[in-house]
Amino acid sequence: MKLIIAAIKPFKLDEVREALTTIGVRGMMVTEIKGFGSQSGHTEIYRGAEYAVNFVPKVRLEIVVADALADQVVETIAKTAKTDKIGDGKIFVLDVEQAVRVRTGETGDDAL
Amino acid sequence: MNKLMKLSGLATLGASAMASLPAWAQEATEAAAETATEAAAEVAPVMDKGDVAWMMISTVLVLTMIIPGLALFYGGLVRSKNMLSVLMQCTLITAVMMIVWVVYGYSFTFGGGTGAYFGGFGKLFLSGVGVTSTATTFDAGYILPEYVFIAFQMTFAAITPALIVGAFAERVKFSAVVLFTILWATFVYFPVAHMVWDVSGLLYGWGALDFAGGTVVHINAGIAALVGCIMIGKRIGFGKDNMAPHSMTLTLVGAALLWVGWFGFNVGSNLEADENAALAMINTFTATAGAIVAWVLVEAIGRGKASMLGAASGMIAGLVAVTPAAGTVGPVGAIALGAIASIVCYFFVTVVKHKFSYDDSLDVFGIHGIGGIIGAIGTGILSADTFGGVKAVADGYSIGGQTWIQVQAVVVTIVWCGVVSAILYKLVDMIVGLRVSGDQEREGLDTTSHGESAYHY
Repeated sequence: MKLIIAAIKPFKLDEVREALTTIGVRGMMVTEIKGFGSQSGHTEIYRGAEYAVNFVPKVRLEIVVADALADQVVETIAKTAKTDKIGDGKIFVLDVEQAVRVRTGETGDDAL
Repeated sequence: MNKLMKLSGLATLGASAMASLPAWAQEATEAAAETATEAAAEVAPVMDKGDVAWMMISTVLVLTMIIPGLALFYGGLVRSKNMLSVLMQCTLITAVMMIVWVVYGYSFTFGGGTGAYFGGFGKLFLSGVGVTSTATTFDAGYILPEYVFIAFQMTFAAITPALIVGAFAERVKFSAVVLFTILWATFVYFPVAHMVWDVSGLLYGWGALDFAGGTVVHINAGIAALVGCIMIGKRIGFGKDNMAPHSMTLTLVGAALLWVGWFGFNVGSNLEADENAALAMINTFTATAGAIVAWVLVEAIGRGKASMLGAASGMIAGLVAVTPAAGTVGPVGAIALGAIASIVCYFFVTVVKHKFSYDDSLDVFGIHGIGGIIGAIGTGILSADTFGGVKAVADGYSIGGQTWIQVQAVVVTIVWCGVVSAILYKLVDMIVGLRVSGDQEREGLDTTSHGESAYHY
């Protein structure tokens, strides 16, 4: 099983969720975060004065899927969340050791 | 009650009213002459219940301007960690000033003393003032209960120091705010109010036109704000950190309450509910409208997008500018006055503030100070009937002459306020310290100064 962590622009969340459900993803966890990437911060003008914006709001997705689905999930997120502007985000893939469904006690791929 | 009894009762009141004559700038000389003739002609002074009712409403409207109007306007503009500090400062200043006003403020301003700068000790603790005491209006023969006049003026005394705190929001010490308020009111507000609005006042004597307090309230607050924010220094992180308003929604609510309340401020300054009050009323609409549209246009062009912050700022700029002018300019002239003030204020808050790098956090100088100056000087020009105002050029009103008087009044206010405020800030700094510590500032004034949070997420 793989854990896919993705940081995307908040307004892209609905699109990404829909695209993922289409390819068979049945669950995810979403958190609101602040962050910055390689192009850290930018300046904005407010009341004539410039100030640096160090942290930008993002949305963090955590999705655990069977190994077979992982690549497709990464591809789907990358395609749907892209806006061709800076701050589009990042996707990371990690290995998952175990998964358990709380209601039934199922483990492994059956828990997903 | 028998009408005759009522009239003779009022006549006695009228006699005592002559002894306590708080009167106002522009109608000064005429009212004085009229009062003299009136005493000779024996016309019983009338207390019109419509006037009294309106003045009572106006007074409460001005209170609404402070809390929650100004409180929310300023509160929404600061970061959420400092919301309560702003609300607290506005609330406490209001309460403290009301007590100070009743104890000695009213006496120092309108106590009946004949000094050019000082109203005397005659009405300390409101001595001599009772339920039957009366105050005069602009029209000879029409009076108000003196308590109504005291209360009305009290709200003006309360809102002026509250305006100042916007300049050093998010870093000022609470005790410093309270102490400074008391000292500033004593040595700046009361003297200037006396100078402009009392019969014996210096600027009143010069014939300066200040209907509802362009100099007394706005220029005064604006200059004190500028001096204060420079002396207290910039906020930590100024120019780097994101200090955007935490709630433009609340700021608009506050701004709208200010606009509505301002009708009490401007129209109430007429002291009667008559045709001149109607003029002040319509001006308070049109000047504000002109100012909002002007700011929005300039911002749309200059910045690319018109913002709610800009529109709200324009609203206040227009209201400030029309404050000295409300009773004497025409409604269309008021549009121009609001628009011009708005544009100049825009320039000050975006270009000048940035260029001279002073942290006037909520643009008190940029809007109240500059708006007040434009309004005061503009009053001299636009009050002429040439521009739709009430002053007839044919009767001898000189635009140049009056504008020069206005300029002098503005300069006196600026110098008096600027110098005395600087001294008082220094004094307060020595006694309690003006500013909180760096850590307290970073954590936020709500928790560190008041032990509470505005929001719990």
